[in-house]
Amino acid sequence: MHNLTIAELIKGLQSKEFSSVELTQHFLNRIGSLNPAYNAVITVTAEQALKAAAEADVRLAAGNAPALCGVPILHKDIFCTNGVRTSCGSKMLDNFIPPYNATVVENFEQAGAVVLGKTNMDEFAMGSSNETSFYGPVKNPWAPDCVPGGSSGGSAAAVAARLAPGATATDTGGSIRQPAALCGISGIKPTYGRVSRWGMVAFASSLDQGGPMARTAEDCALLLNCMASYDDKDSTCIDREVPDYTATLDGSVKGLRIGVPKEYFSEGLDAGIEKAVRAALANLEAQGAELVEISLPNSGLSVPAYYVIAPAEASANLSRFDGSRYGYRCGNPKDLQDMYSRSRSEGFGKEVQRRILIGTYCLSAGYYDAYYGKAQQVRKLIQQDFDRAFESVDLIMGPTCPSPAFKFGAKSDDPVAMYLEDIYTVATNLAGLPGMSIPCGMADNKPVGLQIIGNYFDEARMLNVAHQYQQATDWHDLAPEGVAS
Amino acid sequence: MNIERQEIEKLATLARIAIDDSTFSEVSQRLSSVLDLVDQLQAVNTEGVEAMSHPMQATQRLREDEVTETNQREAFQAIAPETEDGLFLVPKVIE
Amino acid sequence: MSWDTVIGLEIHVQLATKTKIFSGASTAYGAEPNTQACAIDLAMPGTLPVLNKQAVNYAIMFGLAIDAEIGQVSAFERKNYFYPDSPKGYQTTQLERPIVGRGNVEIQLADGTTKNVRIHHAHLEEDAGKSLHEGNFNSNFSGIDLNRAGTPLIEIVSEPDMCNAEEAVAFARKIHGIVTSLGICDGEMSQGSMRFDVNVSVKPSGSETLGIRTETKNLNSYKFMEEAIKREVERQIDVIEDGGTIAQETRLYNGDTKVARSMRSKEEANDYRYFPCPDLLPVVVSDEEVAELRRNLPELPDARQARFVEQYSLSDYDAGILSSDAAMAKYFEAVISACNNAKLAANWTMGELSARLNNEDLSIANSPVSAEQLGGLVTRIADNSISGKMAKEVFEGIWAGEGSADEIIEARGLKQVSDSGALEQMVADVLTANQAMVDDYMNTDEAKRKKKLGGFMGKIMQASKGQANPQQVNQILAQKLNELL
Repeated sequence: MHNLTIAELIKGLQSKEFSSVELTQHFLNRIGSLNPAYNAVITVTAEQALKAAAEADVRLAAGNAPALCGVPILHKDIFCTNGVRTSCGSKMLDNFIPPYNATVVENFEQAGAVVLGKTNMDEFAMGSSNETSFYGPVKNPWAPDCVPGGSSGGSAAAVAARLAPGATATDTGGSIRQPAALCGISGIKPTYGRVSRWGMVAFASSLDQGGPMARTAEDCALLLNCMASYDDKDSTCIDREVPDYTATLDGSVKGLRIGVPKEYFSEGLDAGIEKAVRAALANLEAQGAELVEISLPNSGLSVPAYYVIAPAEASANLSRFDGSRYGYRCGNPKDLQDMYSRSRSEGFGKEVQRRILIGTYCLSAGYYDAYYGKAQQVRKLIQQDFDRAFESVDLIMGPTCPSPAFKFGAKSDDPVAMYLEDIYTVATNLAGLPGMSIPCGMADNKPVGLQIIGNYFDEARMLNVAHQYQQATDWHDLAPEGVAS
Repeated sequence: MNIERQEIEKLATLARIAIDDSTFSEVSQRLSSVLDLVDQLQAVNTEGVEAMSHPMQATQRLREDEVTETNQREAFQAIAPETEDGLFLVPKVIE
Repeated sequence: MSWDTVIGLEIHVQLATKTKIFSGASTAYGAEPNTQACAIDLAMPGTLPVLNKQAVNYAIMFGLAIDAEIGQVSAFERKNYFYPDSPKGYQTTQLERPIVGRGNVEIQLADGTTKNVRIHHAHLEEDAGKSLHEGNFNSNFSGIDLNRAGTPLIEIVSEPDMCNAEEAVAFARKIHGIVTSLGICDGEMSQGSMRFDVNVSVKPSGSETLGIRTETKNLNSYKFMEEAIKREVERQIDVIEDGGTIAQETRLYNGDTKVARSMRSKEEANDYRYFPCPDLLPVVVSDEEVAELRRNLPELPDARQARFVEQYSLSDYDAGILSSDAAMAKYFEAVISACNNAKLAANWTMGELSARLNNEDLSIANSPVSAEQLGGLVTRIADNSISGKMAKEVFEGIWAGEGSADEIIEARGLKQVSDSGALEQMVADVLTANQAMVDDYMNTDEAKRKKKLGGFMGKIMQASKGQANPQQVNQILAQKLNELL
C-alpha cells in the first residue's frame, strides 16, 4: 500500500479495496518501525489518526466524499495543529500545544484526510539540511550519512521512505524544492498568496509559502487542490479562484517554450547534476517543447538579498518568543530582562540566534538603507528579470540544487557555503513566483531535482508539464534501498 | 568585514539574546562572513528602483468592525508558563 | 534673562471601534483581564493582522475635520522593542506614509484671541496592554492584561507651535472636542481614551535656535499636563541658569505626588529598527470613499459654536465653552429642549453644573443631574415658582438623587409665594409686628432709608421661610412704606 501514489490510494479507498483505517494502521506501523532510522517524524498522532480514519470510512461509505477523504498525510511541524504539539523543530516550542488549527490543517480536516503526525524540520524553518532541529537531524533515506535537505527535511524524507504518501511543507528560500530534490520526490511552492499563512508559524513573512510534497506531480496537484484557498484571516492571501489542478495534467507540451537561464549553469554546478538536468530538458524537447536560452542577470544577487530580507523579517517575527505567554521560559529568571535573554538564548538554537542577530543588524539605525532598503530594491530588479523572461518563455527550468545531498556536518562550519545551496531557489521566493522540483536522475547515487519556475498563478501548467515528464520517465518511481518492500 | 565585539553586544541586547563569552569569537566570525556575503549588494546600482515589499500589487483588505472573537482565556492560559487571576505573570517590570 | 517656551504635543486617541485594529476581539471597557485578548492580540505563533475598516474611516474623519491632507495610500511599519505589554515584541504603527498628513487646528485663548496650531501628521497604530504591579501574586511579579492590546489609536503629532501651558491645554481640549464631536472617541480621559505626551524645551527669548527638548509621557488630564509643563519649564530654566545642559530624555509625571522623574533607560539604548510590516499591504482609500466620509461628517465644534451664537444668542465665549465638548453640547441642547430658555440653560450648564462636576471629577456623561432634570429646574426658575436662592437648594436635591425639580419643590414645600394678596398680607403683618422698625424708618433721612429696607426684607423672608418672591416683596414693601409716610 505504501508504494501506491495518492491518486492510486484514492481509487483503492473508493473501490473499497482497503479501508482508511487499514491504510492508516499500515502507515502508522511503518512509521513505528522505520522512522527511528530517519528521524523524519517527531510527533505521531496514532489515536487521532485512527479516529479520523474511522470517520473517513463512514463518509466514504456514504458516497460523495471529497477526493482526499481517508488519505493519510503528515504535516510539517510548522503548521499549528489544535491540541497537538507544534514545535517548529525548536526547544522554544517543545511544550507548545496550540488551541487552534492552521488554515492548511483545517482544509485537510474538512476534506477528511487523516493526519499521521508532525514532521521534523530545521529550527523555525531556518536551514537547508535539517541539521538544526532540536529533535536531531533527519537522515536522507537514499544515503543515511547525508542530509535530506531543509528546512522541510522531515516531510521530504518521510515521503521518500514511504512513511506517508504525502506531506505538507513550507518554502521560504527553497525549503520545499531543495529537500524534494535531495530526496528524489516532487514538491511545489505555490505563488506567494496562493496558500494561507494563518497558523503557519512565520519565518520571513513576505517569502514564506506552504506547499505539498509527494512522489508525483499528480499527487502534488491533489494536495494543492486542498491546500490552496482564499483566507480572509491572511491579509497577504490573494482572492483568486483555485482551479482543479488535476483537470489539466494531460495537456501536451508541444509548443511549450522553456527558458533555460544561463546563470543557472555556470561554475559551482555539480557535473552529475548538470548532466541529469540537461537530459531532462532534452526529454521535454523531444516531446515537442522548445528550449530557449535566457538570462536572469541579477541572479547573483539573490542569495545576498535573501540573506538580508529573510533574517530581518525573522528577527521581528521571532520576538514574540520571549517566555511570557507560551513556550519555553528559563528557570528562575532573576528579572524581566533575564527572563527574556535566557529564555531566548536557551530556547533558540545557534543558527536561529545568528539569523536574528544578522536581521537585527540589517535593520539597525544607520544600516537600514544599505542593507534592508537596498535588498528590497534588488528584489525588484530580480522580479523584473523574471517579468522580462516570461515575455518570451512559458516556464523556466534548471537544476534545483548545485550539489547532491552532502554529508552531515560538511557545511556546518561555513554558513555561507550552506546558504549557497539555495542559489537556484531563493530568487523565486524573492519574486513571489511558483517553483517546483521533480526528480530527474541520479548523481553520485543520489537524487537530482529538476526545477520548474512558472509565472504568477501558473501552477496548473507547471504540474501539467511535470506530469507529462513523469509519464515519459520513471525517476519518480525509484525508491531508496529497502523502502519499497 | 569584521564585526566588532561592541557591535555584537549591542545587537544581542536589542534582540534579547545572551551571548556566552566563550562563543563570542565564533559568533563574530560567522556574522562577519555572512555580512561579507550580503555586502555584495553594495556594488549594485539601484538608483530609481522602487523597493519591493510585496510581490503582488495587492492592497490591504479591510475587515468589518464586528466582534468575532469569544473569550478563550482558559484555553490560552492553560499553556502559559505562569498566570494568576487571569493575568500573565512575568518578573516585575521596573519602569 | 527671559525665556521662551516651545511645546509640541503628541496625543494618543483611542478610537471608539467595537473591535481591535487588527483582530475581531472586543474593545469594550472594563472586562475581566485577558477575556478580550484573542490569539492575534496574544501574538500566538502563526497569527496575522487584518485591518479594521472603521479604524481607517475614523482616522480619515479626523483628517477631514482638521483640513488635513489625507494619505490615500498609507502603510504600516513595525516598531521593534521588548516589553511585556507589547506581546509581538513590536508595535504595528505608521511611519513613512501615515493616513493623515499636515493639517491645522485653531484654538481660542482666554483673552479672546485665536491661534493656529499646525498638525504635522496623524497616524494609526495599536495600543499596548497593561502591566499591573500589584495583585494577588508575589511582589516579584507583574501581572499582564492584554485586553487593551490592539485597541486602535490615532497618534496626533503637532508642530512645536505652542508657547505655554494654557495654549497646550487649549489645544488638547480642542482635539478632545473634535474627536468627541466626530464620535470617533468617547473622550473618557479617566479610562485612558486620550493620553498626552508633551515635548518641552526652552530658549532665550528671541533666539532662533531651539533648545533640547524632553518628553513627558502618558498624561491623562489637563490639570496634570498643565502642572507637568510648568514644572518642566522651571526645571529646565534652573538647569540652564545653573550652567548645565538639558538631557534629552523621557520623563514621567505623577499627578498625585506632583513629582516628575526621568524614565529608566528602557528608552535609552532603543533602536526601534522600523521596517515595513510584511503582513499588511498598502492601504488604499479612493476619492469616492473620502468624499462619502466628508459628506457624512457630524457637526464640528467650530461650526457648532457659530450655530450656538446664532441660534441661542450666546456670546462667542459662552458658545465656545458649550460647543467645545460634544457631550457638553448635547447636554446643553437637551436642557434647552426641556425648558426652552437658552440663556438660563447656558448659565446653569456652564456654571453650577460644571463647577460641581469638576469638583467631583465627573464627566458630563456621568452627571447625576440629567439634562431633563436641569431643564425642569430652569423651567421653574423662569416661571418664578422658585427664587434663585431656592434653585440652588433644589439643584442639590436633584444631585443627591431626590428626584425632579417639581418633586423636590413639592416635597420640601419650596414653592415661591408670588400670590400678591398673600404677600401683601405678609408684608402688612411684618410691619404691624415691628412698629419700632417702622418708626425708625420714618425718622431716617430720605437718603439713608434705602439701607433700612434690608431689615424689613430679612423679617419678611424669615416669616415666609424664604419662599416669598423677593422682587414682588420689594415692590409691595416700598409701596406700603410710602403709604405710611
